Amino acid sequence: MEIKLEALFQDKIDQEIKIEPRDWMPEKYRKTLLRQISQHAHSEIVGMLPEGNWITRAPNLRRKVALLAKVQDEAGHGLYLYSAAETLGMSRDEMFEELHSGKAKYSSIFNYPTLTWADMGAIGWLVDGAAIMNQVPLCRTSYGPYARAMVRVCKEESFHQRQGYEIMLTLSKGTEAQKALAQDALNRWWWPSIMMFGPNDDNSPNSAQSMKWKIKRFSNDELRQKFVDVTVAQTEILGLSIPDKDLKWNEERGHYDFGVIDWEEFFQVVAGNGPCNKQRLKARVDAWENGAWVREAATAYAEKRELRTKNQTEAA
Amino acid sequence: MSTKEWPLWEVFIRAKQGLNHKHVGSLHAADLQMAIENARDVYTRRMEGVSIWVVESKHVHASEPSEQEALFEPANDKIYRHPTFYDLPEELNHM
Ligand SMILES: [Fe+2]
Ligand SMILES: [Fe+2]
Repeated sequence: MEIKLEALFQDKIDQEIKIEPRDWMPEKYRKTLLRQISQHAHSEIVGMLPEGNWITRAPNLRRKVALLAKVQDEAGHGLYLYSAAETLGMSRDEMFEELHSGKAKYSSIFNYPTLTWADMGAIGWLVDGAAIMNQVPLCRTSYGPYARAMVRVCKEESFHQRQGYEIMLTLSKGTEAQKALAQDALNRWWWPSIMMFGPNDDNSPNSAQSMKWKIKRFSNDELRQKFVDVTVAQTEILGLSIPDKDLKWNEERGHYDFGVIDWEEFFQVVAGNGPCNKQRLKARVDAWENGAWVREAATAYAEKRELRTKNQTEAA
Repeated sequence: MSTKEWPLWEVFIRAKQGLNHKHVGSLHAADLQMAIENARDVYTRRMEGVSIWVVESKHVHASEPSEQEALFEPANDKIYRHPTFYDLPEELNHM
Protein backbone atom coordinates (compact mmCIF):
# COMPACT_ATOMS: atom_id res chain seq x y z
CA MET A 1 0.00 0.00 0.00
CA GLU A 2 2.72 2.44 1.07
CA ILE A 3 4.74 1.60 -2.03
CA LYS A 4 1.78 2.21 -4.29
CA LEU A 5 1.02 5.54 -2.63
CA GLU A 6 4.65 6.55 -2.94
CA ALA A 7 4.66 5.76 -6.65
CA LEU A 8 1.47 7.77 -7.14
CA PHE A 9 3.03 10.61 -5.21
CA GLN A 10 6.18 10.64 -7.33
CA ASP A 11 4.02 10.48 -10.41
CA LYS A 12 2.20 13.65 -9.36
CA ILE A 13 5.52 15.38 -8.71
CA ASP A 14 6.84 14.32 -12.13
CA GLN A 15 3.72 15.76 -13.75
CA GLU A 16 4.29 19.04 -11.89
CA ILE A 17 1.07 18.65 -9.89
CA LYS A 18 1.47 20.54 -6.61
CA ILE A 19 1.13 18.74 -3.31
CA GLU A 20 -1.38 20.32 -0.92
CA PRO A 21 -1.52 19.99 2.88
CA ARG A 22 -4.16 17.29 3.11
CA ASP A 23 -2.75 15.12 0.31
CA TRP A 24 -0.87 11.93 1.12
CA MET A 25 2.89 12.47 1.25
CA PRO A 26 5.86 10.34 2.33
CA GLU A 27 6.83 11.04 5.92
CA LYS A 28 10.33 11.96 4.81
CA TYR A 29 8.98 14.54 2.34
CA ARG A 30 6.93 16.12 5.13
CA LYS A 31 9.91 16.17 7.50
CA THR A 32 12.32 17.55 4.90
CA LEU A 33 9.93 20.35 4.03
CA LEU A 34 9.11 21.14 7.62
CA ARG A 35 12.81 21.47 8.40
CA GLN A 36 13.51 23.58 5.34
CA ILE A 37 10.50 25.91 5.65
CA SER A 38 10.86 26.46 9.39
CA GLN A 39 14.60 27.14 9.01
CA HIS A 40 13.76 29.55 6.26
CA ALA A 41 11.19 31.28 8.51
CA HIS A 42 13.69 31.49 11.37
CA SER A 43 16.24 33.04 8.99
CA GLU A 44 13.81 35.79 8.00
CA ILE A 45 13.09 36.57 11.65
CA VAL A 46 16.67 36.43 12.95
CA GLY A 47 17.70 38.26 9.78
CA MET A 48 15.95 41.38 11.07
CA LEU A 49 18.46 41.74 13.90
CA PRO A 50 21.66 42.73 12.06
CA GLU A 51 19.78 45.42 10.12
CA GLY A 52 17.57 46.48 13.00
CA ASN A 53 20.86 47.52 14.58
CA TRP A 54 21.16 50.47 12.15
CA ILE A 55 17.59 51.75 11.83
CA THR A 56 18.02 54.49 14.43
CA ARG A 57 21.36 55.50 12.93
CA ALA A 58 20.42 55.66 9.25
CA PRO A 59 22.12 58.71 7.68
CA ASN A 60 18.91 60.38 6.52
CA LEU A 61 15.15 59.96 6.46
CA ARG A 62 15.04 58.42 2.97
CA ARG A 63 17.43 55.68 4.03
CA LYS A 64 15.61 55.23 7.30
CA VAL A 65 12.12 54.67 5.86
CA ALA A 66 13.57 52.28 3.28
CA LEU A 67 15.46 50.22 5.85
CA LEU A 68 12.47 50.18 8.16
CA ALA A 69 10.22 48.97 5.34
CA LYS A 70 12.73 46.31 4.38
CA VAL A 71 13.04 44.98 7.92
CA GLN A 72 9.25 44.97 8.23
CA ASP A 73 9.06 42.94 5.01
CA GLU A 74 11.43 40.38 6.52
CA ALA A 75 9.05 39.99 9.46
CA GLY A 76 6.28 39.41 6.93
CA HIS A 77 8.37 36.79 5.13
CA GLY A 78 8.90 34.99 8.41
CA LEU A 79 5.15 35.00 9.01
CA TYR A 80 4.21 33.70 5.52
CA LEU A 81 6.71 30.90 5.97
CA TYR A 82 5.67 29.96 9.50
CA SER A 83 2.08 29.57 8.29
CA ALA A 84 3.24 27.43 5.38
CA ALA A 85 5.21 25.24 7.80
CA GLU A 86 2.22 24.93 10.14
CA THR A 87 0.24 23.21 7.37
CA LEU A 88 2.69 20.32 7.76
CA GLY A 89 1.57 19.68 11.31
CA MET A 90 3.89 21.56 13.64
CA SER A 91 2.54 24.38 15.79
CA ARG A 92 4.03 27.86 15.73
CA ASP A 93 5.04 27.60 19.38
CA GLU A 94 6.84 24.31 18.76
CA MET A 95 8.82 25.99 15.99
CA PHE A 96 9.74 28.89 18.28
CA GLU A 97 10.74 26.40 20.93
CA GLU A 98 13.08 24.68 18.45
CA LEU A 99 14.63 28.00 17.49
CA HIS A 100 15.06 29.18 21.06
CA SER A 101 16.57 25.92 22.28
CA GLY A 102 19.08 25.96 19.44
CA LYS A 103 17.67 22.76 17.94
CA ALA A 104 16.57 24.52 14.76
CA LYS A 105 19.08 26.35 12.60
CA TYR A 106 18.81 29.57 10.66
CA SER A 107 21.00 30.98 7.91
CA SER A 108 24.48 31.40 9.38
CA ILE A 109 25.03 34.72 7.58
CA PHE A 110 23.05 36.46 10.30
CA ASN A 111 25.67 35.52 12.87
CA TYR A 112 28.04 38.14 11.49
CA PRO A 113 28.07 41.65 13.00
CA THR A 114 26.98 44.84 11.22
CA LEU A 115 29.84 47.20 12.02
CA THR A 116 29.22 50.21 9.78
CA TRP A 117 26.42 51.80 7.77
CA ALA A 118 27.99 50.33 4.62
CA ASP A 119 26.98 46.91 5.94
CA MET A 120 23.35 47.88 5.23
CA GLY A 121 24.38 48.32 1.63
CA ALA A 122 26.35 45.09 1.44
CA ILE A 123 23.57 43.08 3.11
CA GLY A 124 20.83 44.35 0.81
CA TRP A 125 22.98 43.87 -2.25
CA LEU A 126 24.72 40.57 -1.46
CA VAL A 127 22.71 38.80 1.23
CA ASP A 128 19.32 39.60 -0.24
CA GLY A 129 20.84 39.03 -3.68
CA ALA A 130 21.93 35.53 -2.72
CA ALA A 131 18.57 34.92 -1.05
CA ILE A 132 16.75 35.94 -4.26
CA MET A 133 18.90 33.53 -6.27
CA ASN A 134 17.80 30.76 -3.91
CA GLN A 135 14.19 31.85 -3.63
CA VAL A 136 13.19 32.40 -7.24
CA PRO A 137 13.30 28.66 -8.09
CA LEU A 138 11.42 27.96 -4.84
CA CYS A 139 8.38 29.73 -6.32
CA ARG A 140 7.99 26.50 -8.32
CA THR A 141 8.70 24.11 -5.46
CA SER A 142 6.39 21.08 -5.30
CA TYR A 143 4.60 21.93 -2.05
CA GLY A 144 1.74 24.36 -2.73
CA PRO A 145 1.76 26.49 0.45
CA TYR A 146 5.57 26.92 0.28
CA ALA A 147 5.47 27.88 -3.40
CA ARG A 148 2.70 30.43 -2.77
CA ALA A 149 4.58 31.96 0.17
CA MET A 150 7.70 32.23 -1.98
CA VAL A 151 5.84 34.06 -4.74
CA ARG A 152 4.90 36.76 -2.24
CA VAL A 153 8.44 36.85 -0.83
CA CYS A 154 10.08 37.16 -4.24
CA LYS A 155 7.81 40.05 -5.25
CA GLU A 156 9.02 41.95 -2.22
CA GLU A 157 12.71 41.06 -2.39
CA SER A 158 13.76 43.04 -5.41
CA PHE A 159 13.36 46.37 -3.62
CA HIS A 160 15.57 45.00 -0.83
CA GLN A 161 18.43 44.34 -3.17
CA ARG A 162 18.03 47.62 -5.04
CA GLN A 163 18.00 49.70 -1.86
CA GLY A 164 21.18 47.95 -0.72
CA TYR A 165 22.90 48.46 -4.05
CA GLU A 166 21.93 52.13 -4.03
CA ILE A 167 23.63 52.54 -0.65
CA MET A 168 26.79 50.90 -2.05
CA LEU A 169 26.64 53.09 -5.14
CA THR A 170 26.32 56.29 -3.15
CA LEU A 171 29.22 55.35 -0.88
CA SER A 172 31.45 54.21 -3.70
CA LYS A 173 30.93 57.53 -5.50
CA GLY A 174 31.55 59.51 -2.34
CA THR A 175 34.71 60.55 -0.55
CA GLU A 176 37.73 58.26 -0.26
CA ALA A 177 36.64 57.40 3.27
CA GLN A 178 33.13 56.46 2.10
CA LYS A 179 34.51 54.34 -0.71
CA ALA A 180 36.80 52.58 1.74
CA LEU A 181 33.79 51.89 3.93
CA ALA A 182 31.97 50.24 1.01
CA GLN A 183 35.04 48.16 0.09
CA ASP A 184 35.46 47.06 3.69
CA ALA A 185 31.83 45.93 3.85
CA LEU A 186 32.22 43.99 0.60
CA ASN A 187 35.38 42.38 1.97
CA ARG A 188 33.59 41.17 5.07
CA TRP A 189 30.31 40.05 3.45
CA TRP A 190 31.55 38.44 0.25
CA TRP A 191 32.61 35.04 1.54
CA PRO A 192 29.75 34.56 4.00
CA SER A 193 27.36 35.49 1.15
CA ILE A 194 28.59 32.81 -1.19
CA MET A 195 28.50 30.34 1.71
CA MET A 196 24.76 31.02 1.95
CA PHE A 197 24.14 28.51 -0.85
CA GLY A 198 25.28 25.74 1.47
CA PRO A 199 27.94 23.03 1.17
CA ASN A 200 29.33 21.88 -2.18
CA ASP A 201 27.14 19.39 -4.04
CA ASP A 202 29.36 16.40 -3.30
CA ASN A 203 29.03 17.28 0.38
CA SER A 204 25.27 17.80 0.43
CA PRO A 205 23.78 14.35 1.06
CA ASN A 206 20.05 15.19 0.98
CA SER A 207 20.20 17.26 -2.17
CA ALA A 208 19.47 14.45 -4.62
CA GLN A 209 16.25 13.43 -2.86
CA SER A 210 15.11 17.07 -2.65
CA MET A 211 15.72 17.45 -6.37
CA LYS A 212 13.77 14.26 -7.11
CA TRP A 213 10.86 15.58 -5.07
CA LYS A 214 11.25 18.95 -6.80
CA ILE A 215 11.59 20.74 -3.50
CA LYS A 216 14.83 22.07 -4.97
CA ARG A 217 15.30 22.79 -8.67
CA PHE A 218 19.00 23.65 -8.75
CA SER A 219 21.95 22.38 -6.75
CA ASN A 220 23.88 24.53 -4.27
CA ASP A 221 26.86 24.86 -6.59
CA GLU A 222 24.73 25.79 -9.60
CA LEU A 223 23.06 28.61 -7.67
CA ARG A 224 26.35 29.81 -6.22
CA GLN A 225 27.89 29.96 -9.69
CA LYS A 226 24.94 31.99 -11.01
CA PHE A 227 25.30 34.39 -8.12
CA VAL A 228 29.03 34.89 -8.64
CA ASP A 229 28.51 35.38 -12.37
CA VAL A 230 25.94 38.18 -11.98
CA THR A 231 27.67 39.85 -9.05
CA VAL A 232 31.00 40.45 -10.76
CA ALA A 233 29.52 42.93 -13.24
CA GLN A 234 27.60 44.68 -10.46
CA THR A 235 30.85 45.08 -8.51
CA GLU A 236 32.58 46.62 -11.52
CA ILE A 237 29.87 49.28 -11.79
CA LEU A 238 30.58 50.15 -8.17
CA GLY A 239 34.29 50.35 -8.89
CA LEU A 240 34.98 47.99 -6.01
CA SER A 241 36.83 44.69 -6.03
CA ILE A 242 35.77 41.26 -4.86
CA PRO A 243 38.21 39.94 -2.24
CA ASP A 244 39.20 36.78 -4.14
CA LYS A 245 42.49 36.61 -6.00
CA ASP A 246 41.38 33.46 -7.82
CA LEU A 247 38.32 35.08 -9.33
CA LYS A 248 38.62 35.14 -13.13
CA TRP A 249 36.55 34.56 -16.23
CA ASN A 250 36.82 31.04 -17.63
CA GLU A 251 36.16 31.24 -21.35
CA GLU A 252 35.81 27.49 -21.71
CA ARG A 253 33.17 27.11 -18.98
CA GLY A 254 31.47 30.38 -19.74
CA HIS A 255 31.57 31.15 -16.03
CA TYR A 256 33.76 32.83 -13.47
CA ASP A 257 36.15 30.59 -11.56
CA PHE A 258 36.49 31.50 -7.92
CA GLY A 259 38.61 30.59 -4.92
CA VAL A 260 38.11 27.80 -2.42
CA ILE A 261 35.55 28.51 0.29
CA ASP A 262 36.65 28.19 3.89
CA TRP A 263 34.16 25.52 4.90
CA GLU A 264 35.75 25.17 8.28
CA GLU A 265 34.54 28.69 9.07
CA PHE A 266 31.09 27.85 7.73
CA PHE A 267 30.70 24.76 9.89
CA GLN A 268 32.01 26.61 12.94
CA VAL A 269 29.35 29.29 12.51
CA VAL A 270 26.62 26.68 11.92
CA ALA A 271 27.77 24.89 15.07
CA GLY A 272 27.16 28.07 17.08
CA ASN A 273 30.65 29.52 17.19
CA GLY A 274 30.20 32.50 14.89
CA PRO A 275 30.82 36.04 16.11
CA CYS A 276 27.17 36.79 17.03
CA ASN A 277 25.37 33.43 17.49
CA LYS A 278 24.80 33.91 21.21
CA GLN A 279 23.74 37.52 20.87
CA ARG A 280 21.22 36.74 18.08
CA LEU A 281 19.62 33.86 19.93
CA LYS A 282 19.47 35.82 23.15
CA ALA A 283 17.71 38.69 21.39
CA ARG A 284 15.04 36.25 20.09
CA VAL A 285 14.57 34.52 23.43
CA ASP A 286 14.34 37.86 25.27
CA ALA A 287 11.77 39.17 22.81
CA TRP A 288 9.70 36.02 23.27
CA GLU A 289 9.91 36.00 27.06
CA ASN A 290 9.41 39.73 27.52
CA GLY A 291 6.40 39.59 25.23
CA ALA A 292 4.71 36.81 27.21
CA TRP A 293 2.59 39.18 29.31
CA VAL A 294 1.31 40.87 26.15
CA ARG A 295 0.24 37.55 24.65
CA GLU A 296 -1.45 36.57 27.90
CA ALA A 297 -3.21 39.91 28.25
CA ALA A 298 -4.51 39.73 24.68
CA THR A 299 -5.85 36.22 25.27
CA ALA A 300 -7.54 37.29 28.51
CA TYR A 301 -9.07 40.32 26.79
CA ALA A 302 -10.35 38.19 23.90
CA GLU A 303 -11.93 35.70 26.31
CA LYS A 304 -13.56 38.45 28.31
CA ARG A 305 -14.96 40.08 25.20
CA GLU A 306 -16.31 36.80 23.89
CA LEU A 307 -18.02 36.16 27.19
CA ARG A 308 -19.56 39.63 27.18
CA THR A 309 -20.92 39.18 23.65
CA LYS A 310 -22.36 35.82 24.64
CA ASN A 311 -24.09 37.27 27.71
CA GLN A 312 -25.48 40.13 25.66
CA THR A 313 -26.97 37.79 23.07
CA GLU A 314 -28.47 35.63 25.79
CA ALA A 315 -29.98 38.66 27.52
CA ALA A 316 -31.44 39.98 24.27
CA MET B 1 5.95 29.09 30.98
CA SER B 2 3.97 28.55 27.87
CA THR B 3 0.47 29.91 27.63
CA LYS B 4 -2.14 29.06 25.08
CA GLU B 5 -1.24 29.77 21.46
CA TRP B 6 -3.37 32.46 19.78
CA PRO B 7 -5.84 30.89 17.37
CA LEU B 8 -5.09 30.59 13.66
CA TRP B 9 -7.09 32.67 11.14
CA GLU B 10 -7.43 32.34 7.38
CA VAL B 11 -7.14 35.63 5.52
CA PHE B 12 -9.04 36.61 2.36
CA ILE B 13 -8.35 39.84 0.49
CA ARG B 14 -10.38 41.70 -2.12
CA ALA B 15 -7.75 43.22 -4.40
CA LYS B 16 -10.09 45.86 -5.78
CA GLN B 17 -13.77 46.67 -6.01
CA GLY B 18 -15.52 44.22 -8.32
CA LEU B 19 -13.28 41.25 -7.54
CA ASN B 20 -14.00 38.44 -5.09
CA HIS B 21 -12.08 37.94 -1.88
CA LYS B 22 -9.24 35.51 -2.41
CA HIS B 23 -7.43 33.37 0.12
CA VAL B 24 -3.93 34.75 0.72
CA GLY B 25 -2.65 32.90 3.77
CA SER B 26 -3.09 32.66 7.49
CA LEU B 27 -1.93 34.23 10.72
CA HIS B 28 -2.31 34.05 14.49
CA ALA B 29 -4.30 36.60 16.47
CA ALA B 30 -6.00 36.72 19.84
CA ASP B 31 -9.32 37.98 18.47
CA LEU B 32 -10.99 39.09 15.27
CA GLN B 33 -10.03 42.73 15.56
CA MET B 34 -6.38 41.81 15.95
CA ALA B 35 -6.73 39.32 13.10
CA ILE B 36 -7.92 42.08 10.75
CA GLU B 37 -5.22 44.50 11.90
CA ASN B 38 -2.50 41.88 11.56
CA ALA B 39 -3.83 40.85 8.14
CA ARG B 40 -3.55 44.49 7.09
CA ASP B 41 0.12 44.57 8.16
CA VAL B 42 1.08 41.13 6.89
CA TYR B 43 -0.81 40.90 3.61
CA THR B 44 -1.52 44.44 2.35
CA ARG B 45 1.71 46.40 2.74
CA ARG B 46 1.70 47.28 -0.96
CA MET B 47 -1.90 48.18 -1.72
CA GLU B 48 -2.85 44.56 -2.35
CA GLY B 49 -6.34 45.04 -1.01
CA VAL B 50 -9.38 47.17 -0.32
CA SER B 51 -11.20 44.72 1.94
CA ILE B 52 -10.25 41.90 4.31
CA TRP B 53 -12.13 38.83 5.53
CA VAL B 54 -10.77 36.73 8.37
CA VAL B 55 -12.19 33.36 9.38
CA GLU B 56 -10.93 31.33 12.27
CA SER B 57 -9.30 28.30 10.66
CA LYS B 58 -11.23 25.85 12.82
CA HIS B 59 -14.44 27.00 11.11
CA VAL B 60 -13.24 26.01 7.65
CA HIS B 61 -14.57 22.64 6.54
CA ALA B 62 -12.85 21.03 3.58
CA SER B 63 -13.55 18.12 1.26
CA GLU B 64 -11.30 15.10 1.64
CA PRO B 65 -8.58 14.61 -0.98
CA SER B 66 -9.60 10.93 -1.02
CA GLU B 67 -13.11 11.94 -2.12
CA GLN B 68 -11.75 13.85 -5.08
CA GLU B 69 -12.83 11.25 -7.64
CA ALA B 70 -16.27 10.71 -6.18
CA LEU B 71 -16.95 14.42 -6.03
CA PHE B 72 -15.48 15.71 -9.22
CA GLU B 73 -15.27 12.81 -11.68
CA PRO B 74 -19.01 12.89 -12.56
CA ALA B 75 -18.47 16.22 -14.34
CA ASN B 76 -15.89 14.65 -16.68
CA ASP B 77 -18.28 12.93 -19.09
CA LYS B 78 -20.87 15.69 -19.22
CA ILE B 79 -19.37 17.40 -22.19
CA TYR B 80 -22.85 18.52 -23.27
CA ARG B 81 -22.53 21.17 -20.57
CA HIS B 82 -20.01 22.97 -22.73
CA PRO B 83 -20.89 25.14 -25.73
CA THR B 84 -18.43 23.33 -28.02
CA PHE B 85 -20.52 20.13 -27.75
CA TYR B 86 -23.10 21.53 -30.18
CA ASP B 87 -22.59 21.23 -33.94
CA LEU B 88 -23.58 24.45 -35.61
CA PRO B 89 -22.81 25.79 -39.10
CA GLU B 90 -19.65 27.86 -39.62
CA GLU B 91 -21.67 30.80 -41.02
CA LEU B 92 -23.22 31.28 -37.65
CA ASN B 93 -20.53 33.43 -36.14
CA HIS B 94 -20.49 34.41 -32.50
CA MET B 95 -23.00 32.20 -30.75
FE1 LIG C 1 13.18 38.01 3.13
FE1 LIG D 1 14.95 40.59 1.93
